[in-house]
Amino acid sequence: MKKIYTIIIIFLLSICSFSLANSKYLRWAADAEGNAPFIFQDPRIPSNLIGFEVDIVNELANEMDLEPVFIQNQWDGLIAGLSRDDYDIAINGLEITEDRKHQVNFSIPYYITYEQLVVRKGTKGITSLIDLIGKKAGALENSLAERILNSQQGVTVKTYEGEVNAFSDMLNGRLDVVLVDSPIALYYASWNDDYEMVGEPIGNVMYAVVCRKQDTVLLKQINKALTNIINNGKLREILEQWNLWNEKMSDYTKDDDPTNIMPEKFNEFIESQGKEADFDTIFKRYVGYLPLIGKAALTTLWLSMVSMVVAILSGLFIALVRVYAPFPFSQMAVIYIEIIRGTPLLIQLFFIFYALPSIGITLSPELAAIFGLGFNYAAYEAENFRAGLFSVPRGQMEAAISLGMNRRQSLRHVVLPQAIRLVIPPLTNDYISLLKDSSLVAIITMVELTKVYTQISQAHYDYFIPGIIVAGIYLLLGLPFVRLSRYFENKYSLDKQIKKMYN
Amino acid sequence: METGRANIIEIVKLEKSYEGIPVLKGIDLKVGKGDLVSIIGRSGCGKTTLLRCINCLEIFDAGEMNIAGIKLHREKGSNKEDKKIRKQQNDIRNNISMPIQDLKSYDDISEDFRIKANKLRSNVGMLFQSLNLFPHMTVIENIIKAPVVVQKTDKETARKYAKFILEKVGMEKYANRYPHQLSGGQCQRVAISRALAMNPKVMLYDEPTSALDPELVEEVLQVMRLLHDEGMTQLVVTHTLSFARNVSDEVIYMEDGKFIESGKPEEIFTNPKDDRTKEYLQILRQ
Repeated sequence: MKKIYTIIIIFLLSICSFSLANSKYLRWAADAEGNAPFIFQDPRIPSNLIGFEVDIVNELANEMDLEPVFIQNQWDGLIAGLSRDDYDIAINGLEITEDRKHQVNFSIPYYITYEQLVVRKGTKGITSLIDLIGKKAGALENSLAERILNSQQGVTVKTYEGEVNAFSDMLNGRLDVVLVDSPIALYYASWNDDYEMVGEPIGNVMYAVVCRKQDTVLLKQINKALTNIINNGKLREILEQWNLWNEKMSDYTKDDDPTNIMPEKFNEFIESQGKEADFDTIFKRYVGYLPLIGKAALTTLWLSMVSMVVAILSGLFIALVRVYAPFPFSQMAVIYIEIIRGTPLLIQLFFIFYALPSIGITLSPELAAIFGLGFNYAAYEAENFRAGLFSVPRGQMEAAISLGMNRRQSLRHVVLPQAIRLVIPPLTNDYISLLKDSSLVAIITMVELTKVYTQISQAHYDYFIPGIIVAGIYLLLGLPFVRLSRYFENKYSLDKQIKKMYN
Repeated sequence: METGRANIIEIVKLEKSYEGIPVLKGIDLKVGKGDLVSIIGRSGCGKTTLLRCINCLEIFDAGEMNIAGIKLHREKGSNKEDKKIRKQQNDIRNNISMPIQDLKSYDDISEDFRIKANKLRSNVGMLFQSLNLFPHMTVIENIIKAPVVVQKTDKETARKYAKFILEKVGMEKYANRYPHQLSGGQCQRVAISRALAMNPKVMLYDEPTSALDPELVEEVLQVMRLLHDEGMTQLVVTHTLSFARNVSDEVIYMEDGKFIESGKPEEIFTNPKDDRTKEYLQILRQ
């Protein structure tokens, strides 16, 4: 038993020590689910992240003489995550807004664009905002487009987390029009026969690099690097490759030479989206996913196993305290169980990851995930163990006591071994459940199976085959434990022992 | 009560009540070394409670006990603890679904009392009415567990001694069986062996045969007779009058938390002095 503890402690320590708070690196965060053209998986090599923002960061890091290190973070959490010191900057289509300026510093813009109206092909009578009165319009959450639509009287506004959902809702007739940042329209709707971009550019959207308020030196360095790549034409080169150069950028950089670079990267993307990809290409694409999925599956597996060990050990402890400890302690165990069981795991994870740092406890994503899942399930395991303890007849404890054992000895040698046998089936049940709940840790930047699924699905707008693959892997991960638990059940079941005896 | 022999159990004015209802109302008892004393009486007269108090599975409220040289003493209402303990024990009794919780009450008793109570228990073996061998252990493991855990006997020695005891009770062939593979009578013989493995000075039996089929009763009584012959002090709560009559050195009739009458078995069974004893025996004979 001691060995197990040591292994766990060493394991946790090694996770803690994994940190890159080193001045040699430029740690930048984005959500790889953020879609083309910002940052997304290379359709040909899914384990590669590409996008115009990736190119810009690489160029910036080069200017600053730093090595870029990518940190995956959920888009909603990009700004909150800065305060955890997991990364130094965030770049992911973050618009400069007054609200955000209160929390963080923005660099000078690296891209200026506008909002674009997109409608179903053949829709008539929508060419400007005025035409939207009485129509149903969609936009992304927290975007300039949403604010523009909301300020427009008589428009029904629906907001979405991802543009895929907005566009498919329009195709299904739930929306009449979608208003999105121009790059999204370009990469989603321009080449697609179902949609049509209409009207003039609307508004002004400025994307900038975000960093912490106190990192003023870093901000100056970034602004300097940005100015450099604007002046030496690198930024324009990147944007032209991605077909993103526009008039606003010309004005901004005072560079109005005619475009002279082929938008190769845009073209490559369009090609990869061609619906007539042959079987061979598709097959290769799925095979290409496998390393990515395999890595994520391993993460899911070790995370759920370690969390379950934490859950079982602390659950047993909590159950013993609840049943046998004197008054204030037993009551504390009850309160713990009620609070943990009564609040969503999602909130607990957010709390551990984003709220604890404000009182000085900053856990790595791995540790936060293990504690979040482990201590959450500990509450359930505690109740399982309590049920197990109570199902051992009281005569057992009395018999042990009357033989001169003290309570600790009676528990250890007589009551617990019997209780644990009874608890194996519900423990297995909870493990399978934990395995699936581990998908929630994506919100605290862990890249596990479900996260990878959404990433690759969004990169190709293909939810079907990757969904089946990932679901299959979840099943495969759970099955061995079901078998293992059967084995233990059989091994320890008294009926089996009788059968063995008489055979 | 044989005179001239040292008393191994001496109890003076023992009192115990549940929820303010007295169950033991001042019990005085002396048992000489090597005696077999039977306590008979109607259900609810307090005989089981008496045994459980002697083994400190229940903590008595007031009185004095001197068992195998270990003295325990409590005074009624001497401190607030008493009330608290009683309240807790009552809470527990009201909530049967929370077993073993009454053991919490030991936390409220003075450390000194607890240490003595533990010591006392390893000197006193107890056999329960319910068959409560440890179901996850074989017969031999059941027997060696306490010596190995409590007395730190090494396993081999414990095993040898266990085999010796099993042979004595005629269960040596069953050493590697599990309890559910045994009959009730065999279970009780193993339970006696388990208690004997701790080398107790006194054995307490709480209706050891009442959960058994009639044809299995005799094998258990046989073991008790054997122990009697070997000089073990035994206190038996029983409904088996023939056993009480044939084997006991002394029989006590108990009613309503008090000893009504005690004496040699022939006296009690053939010529009871008290009307209440007469009435009880009358009912049983019908």
